Amino acid sequence: MFEPILLKRAALPQSQSIEVYMANGGYQALEKALREYTPDELIEMMKKSKLRGRGGAGFPAGLKWSFMPKGDDIPKFLCVNTDEGEPGTFKDRELIEKDPHQVIEGTIIAAYAVGAHRAFVYIRGEFFQGFKSWIKAIAEAYEKGFLGKNILGSGFSLDISVHRGAGAYICGEETALIESLEGHRGEPRLKPPYPAQKGYLGYPTLVHNVETLANVPHIVLNGAEWFASIGTEQSTGPKIFCVSGHVFRRGVYELPLGTPLSEIIYEYAGGVPGGKKIKAVIPGGASTPLVTPENIDVTMDFESLAAIGSALGTGAIIVLDEDTCMVDVARRTARFFAHESCGKCTPCRVGSGRILAILERIEAGNGQPGDVERLRSLCDGIAGHTFCPLGDALVAPIRSSLNLFADEYEYHIKHGRCIRAA
Amino acid sequence: MAVGQFAQQDLQRRAMLLTALYIAQEQYGYLTKEAIERVAERLGMSPGEVFETASFYSMYRAKPTGRYLIQVCEGLSCHLAGGAENLLEYLENKLGIKPGETTPDGLFTLQTVQCLAACGNSPAMRINDTLYTNLNFERVDSILDELRGG
Repeated sequence: MFEPILLKRAALPQSQSIEVYMANGGYQALEKALREYTPDELIEMMKKSKLRGRGGAGFPAGLKWSFMPKGDDIPKFLCVNTDEGEPGTFKDRELIEKDPHQVIEGTIIAAYAVGAHRAFVYIRGEFFQGFKSWIKAIAEAYEKGFLGKNILGSGFSLDISVHRGAGAYICGEETALIESLEGHRGEPRLKPPYPAQKGYLGYPTLVHNVETLANVPHIVLNGAEWFASIGTEQSTGPKIFCVSGHVFRRGVYELPLGTPLSEIIYEYAGGVPGGKKIKAVIPGGASTPLVTPENIDVTMDFESLAAIGSALGTGAIIVLDEDTCMVDVARRTARFFAHESCGKCTPCRVGSGRILAILERIEAGNGQPGDVERLRSLCDGIAGHTFCPLGDALVAPIRSSLNLFADEYEYHIKHGRCIRAA
Repeated sequence: MAVGQFAQQDLQRRAMLLTALYIAQEQYGYLTKEAIERVAERLGMSPGEVFETASFYSMYRAKPTGRYLIQVCEGLSCHLAGGAENLLEYLENKLGIKPGETTPDGLFTLQTVQCLAACGNSPAMRINDTLYTNLNFERVDSILDELRGG
């Protein structure tokens, strides 16, 4: 049985308070980082830990830190990405509502390592509880001297402020997040330059997901080798998996990366209600390609999911039982992305709407011969042709659904109803 | 440049726009023409620029809503868990309105929204700033009764 690391304190009463956090080892990592390590040593430690980003892209955190320019001659910023919105994902909300100080501690250490003196929390507008949780926790951290000037007598200073988004999934993309922080429409920027070169107000900016930062204090306290010993060779550390859909026990499960998908579904989430078979699993949030039952034992890590043509994404597992209509799932996925397409570039703006319209007419029983080919062609027109990953995030699950369940689409089109009703 | 020096830049007024829009929306109920103009004036922007930005974000409202804005999650996980459609239908029947509409007494506006990150406790809805999860019809009844009485 794996002993939780990130969610260890979440079950305690008043887990969100600084008293409970400190009584359970909190802020010891910060003290250690400030007293015993130089910023460069911390960056080395992060590289050795092989921690990869938990927001979906999986970029190595230590490498990201090392891209930030050295020196104090220009201001540098850090953004804590709390814009969780990928359907199926509910881990960051849990971390912020239950144990915000763990994320704050990770933020201060990361800021010290890259020389940022100002950090912004960007939180999804809908997360009002999380917003209040952030505000309270930051105030507590200031009161204890973990934030502000000359933190713990180290000479390092950091201020954190909290900023609410206002209902736009795309602001979870790092350059869109920065645009939004600056008070603009949350439209992504063309990369390069990356935020580490030109981010907030044009200055170097490190953007990290909440869960990524939550890992940092544990790495500092227990060492990079300890962290790298959890999980697989290339996917180290614990991961919070969010399980939803057709399972008995929906919820968050913290397990080492590399845990088999089948184990998470059957042992932790209790399997599928009604003894039904699994038709497919969305393994990492709505943007990840489907996993079919023959791959159900795939281990949940970056490399194994990539090897079967899918992705770890945010670790949001959505289980679809044998009675699920795959056209309906595709339609709902397309509706989400069409709604959240920011409109900046044409392939995504027009393509997502066209894909949705075709899926809607198939679902409504008005599918036309050739619709599957039209969908494929629209996917080809979007993939790789957009400013940001949102276009690809729509195409990946739709393409995989078309490839794996072509017969369901054809049946829908030919008979005007679902194969399940046959 | 020293750290202290960018304080002015950091406080550049435009970065306050999203916050200012929330404040204006709370004060005016929704983003009226006057609300947009006042935000623009305070931040040294044109009303057009303010509206252009505000219109990008779904949580800023260009139309009045009821005192309680009910947002039912219609995300994939809520749907699979069963009940998201039932919940919406139940609310439609109970309130006598469709999504996008407001009850004649001005109390409730109904909307559908995408994932609220409550997939582990679906079906879910938000009313103003409060998230309600693990809903069933009885709970919805008692929540609405409470709001009506309050």
